[in-house]
Amino acid sequence: MIENIDPSLIGWSRAQFALTAIYHWLFVPLTLGLGVVQAVMETVYYKTGDEFWKKTAQFWMKLFGINFAIGVATGLILEFEFGANWSNYSWFVGDIFGAPLAVEGILAFFMEATFIAVMFFGWSKVSKGFHLASTWLTIVGATLSAFWILVANAWMQYPAGMHFNPDAVRNEMASFWEVAFSPVAINKFFHTVLSGWIIGATFVVGVASWFLLKKREAKFALASIKVSAAFGLVACALSAWTGDGSAHQVAQKQPMKLAAMEGLYEGQNGAGLVGIGILAPNKHYKDNNAPFIFRVELPKMLSFFAERDFNAYVPGIVNLIEGGYTAKDGTPALSAQEKINRGKLAIQALATYRTAESDSLKREARAALDEHFRYFGYGYIQDPADLIPPVGLTFYAFRVMVLLGGFLLLLFAVITYLSYKNRFAAKRWLQWVCLISIFLAIIAGQAGWVVAEVGRQPWAIQDILPTSAAISKLPTSSVKLTFFIFLTLFTVLLIAELKIMLSAIKKGPEISQEAKN
Amino acid sequence: MESTYMLLQHYWWFLVSLLGAILVFLMFVQGGQSLLFTIGKTEVQQKMLLNSTGRKWEFTFTTLVTFGGAFFASFPLFYSTSFGGAYWVWMLILLCFVLQAVSYEYQAKKGNLLGKKTYQIFLLLNGVLAPVLIGTAVGTFFNGAEFVVNKQQLTEALNPVISSWASPWHGLEAALVWWNVCLGLAVFFLSRVLALLYFINNINDEEVQGKSRRQLLWEAALFLAFFLTFFVRWLLQDGFAVNPETKEVFMQPYKYFTNLIEMPAVLAGLLLGVVGVLLGIAKTALCSKWRKGIWFAGAGTVLTVLALLLCAGWNNTAFYPSLADLQSSLTIENSCSSLFTLKTMSYVSILIPFVLAYVAYAWRALDLHKLSKKEVQEVQEAQHLY
Repeated sequence: MIENIDPSLIGWSRAQFALTAIYHWLFVPLTLGLGVVQAVMETVYYKTGDEFWKKTAQFWMKLFGINFAIGVATGLILEFEFGANWSNYSWFVGDIFGAPLAVEGILAFFMEATFIAVMFFGWSKVSKGFHLASTWLTIVGATLSAFWILVANAWMQYPAGMHFNPDAVRNEMASFWEVAFSPVAINKFFHTVLSGWIIGATFVVGVASWFLLKKREAKFALASIKVSAAFGLVACALSAWTGDGSAHQVAQKQPMKLAAMEGLYEGQNGAGLVGIGILAPNKHYKDNNAPFIFRVELPKMLSFFAERDFNAYVPGIVNLIEGGYTAKDGTPALSAQEKINRGKLAIQALATYRTAESDSLKREARAALDEHFRYFGYGYIQDPADLIPPVGLTFYAFRVMVLLGGFLLLLFAVITYLSYKNRFAAKRWLQWVCLISIFLAIIAGQAGWVVAEVGRQPWAIQDILPTSAAISKLPTSSVKLTFFIFLTLFTVLLIAELKIMLSAIKKGPEISQEAKN
Repeated sequence: MESTYMLLQHYWWFLVSLLGAILVFLMFVQGGQSLLFTIGKTEVQQKMLLNSTGRKWEFTFTTLVTFGGAFFASFPLFYSTSFGGAYWVWMLILLCFVLQAVSYEYQAKKGNLLGKKTYQIFLLLNGVLAPVLIGTAVGTFFNGAEFVVNKQQLTEALNPVISSWASPWHGLEAALVWWNVCLGLAVFFLSRVLALLYFINNINDEEVQGKSRRQLLWEAALFLAFFLTFFVRWLLQDGFAVNPETKEVFMQPYKYFTNLIEMPAVLAGLLLGVVGVLLGIAKTALCSKWRKGIWFAGAGTVLTVLALLLCAGWNNTAFYPSLADLQSSLTIENSCSSLFTLKTMSYVSILIPFVLAYVAYAWRALDLHKLSKKEVQEVQEAQHLY
């Protein structure tokens, strides 16, 4: 007898992946952002020969190193969890998804691993030029690594450049370029890397502010702030731009995610963007209750951001479930139930194709499969309501990300202005704000990932494979146990990392009096 | 078209095997960790040992990650079946590597929460467990694993998982097969041999060198005992063969021995590899001034492991045999990616020599100046030191 998949296994497998990803994203953005800042500082040292910049770069490199180790450790777990917890996924789309991971290993990880060793240990062993090149190549490697993994993630949100092979029972790559350079992938890469730069810049500004608050290392702190504030400002501005691009892509490819991000139940022309709001608890898509207790709306802006047209129609959750509205191609949109029915037909056609003994039956099944394949994943969905992601979490996470992003843009503009006018040192309140902002930037980054990943539920791959069908068949107790092992391990290591970092920060940069002057 | 596809399947099995072989060589880092308290009797000595292998841990780590990524891209059915099934073996290996990644960096840092000794014990644990577990996992390539693959299962909406594990131990049962463990122990002692040869090459300290040379004989003897036991049995055992016409998997007497005879280039590589390892060990033991053993033994290791892994997948052999259902066994043909993906990935692989060249260049630049007591004692705090 074949046992059905235990629903709690899906929950625990998701929880384990989310746990690893959350921890991983605590460390990676700092690597991306801090890496650029320290490389700029070392470049100044290379150009000027000023020992002060060498010591400044070395101080940030020390913090970079402490953070880097745990970042790669969590990254290793994440890569292998695709196979360990999502084995069906790994076969069903491994032909496409595996390629970016392999390219990441060959082209990015080796570059990072090779040159980070020179960066850390090569100060007195290699020339200044080789060392500087190594520092830059380390961050280029880290950024390339981010590119390939984000290509893979973007492909899950917008599966492009592939076709289904019923003989192999999997999807296969048809165009590498469509996978690697899809508009979703490009936007995701820039938006995510920029968020890492913002976190790195905020970290430098925050730590440097701490030195000013403690009345220590003023020259070092102000120089670090000057470099990172300008860097952070540019990153924030570009991030707002790519964020707009991301939202536009979501509207085109994942309309249900957009509806959840906005708490939009009933679609409309000229839809407004909710600036801030409180969702009504226990709202169900079928009831007629108001979705909000309170909201401040920017009229027509959602339509504009989604479709670049102030009066465009944006479907809501109810419309996406019930269908009937006019889709962009001019045809009536299908209801979720109809999509589920067609998905079941696709799965049945695959079953028939696999067992058909006559060529004519095989051809017939293949034709039915091709006709309905775009709804294949819906065949695993039991209830149309399962197609709605958690609205509350997606809605609030989106607002946290956007509002904190806006705040950081403003903050960097102020810091840049004041630091270049040499007035930052006197603003103690602002230094406190900078210190606290380290946590705010990290929260904004995490919130962004919550929007991206929670908002695409129930899909592992949009419309093609739900998480329930992507899973590995394991005892739930095993996944539960590894979840708690990872939770304990990552938490202990995080505390250790923070303590080591605080200790290194308290010690400060070892800048000689001569260099300070 | 068919022949191109077959060629690419063989090419990618070669690349994955090469990565696996390089990984085994780079496990001298693990071997060094397991010898931390055996060779390092004083704090300064331990510091030298940590900074010697510690500057290379990222290569081992990266090779493991790339090995996983390349397997995923080229043979996704292995990736999904083995990782999703032999869950506990892979999870234990990953945990070992996580501990390694942070332990080097954290052990000597102030405020590290758990204390220096704890991180050093983590390194010791990783040094012992990782090679044994990886060797044991690779042993299943020749001795089989407990899984069933049924692609039709994808059409069962409530249970669409195509690969399932037939043992409730989810991979741990591999440790109950002596021949798997035997290979694991051979890999473990090999990693220690390589570590000792690396210490001799990389550390300018008479005491460390003397101890390493003395310890080398013991480790080499144990390595040879386990490796030869495994190897002789491997030559004599029945192997998992594939009928190229019907694709049926069947047991064939002396399959791996036959593979060597039918693939003379692989046999030559194996013999050359074994000679390289033995030469590296023997000359180091006999010539007290000779320090280049790591390069002979290292190259020999790569060639030997490469030959063993090629025998697992080439010449109509099932590289991941199933004990639960022989016909579920994975071959390079039934588990590989599409022709398009293999071809695309092959273009990327053209860059591998370039990657190897810059790795070698950077490695040489760092190792040109050998590690000394002076360096670990006098290096400025601002510079990096484990």
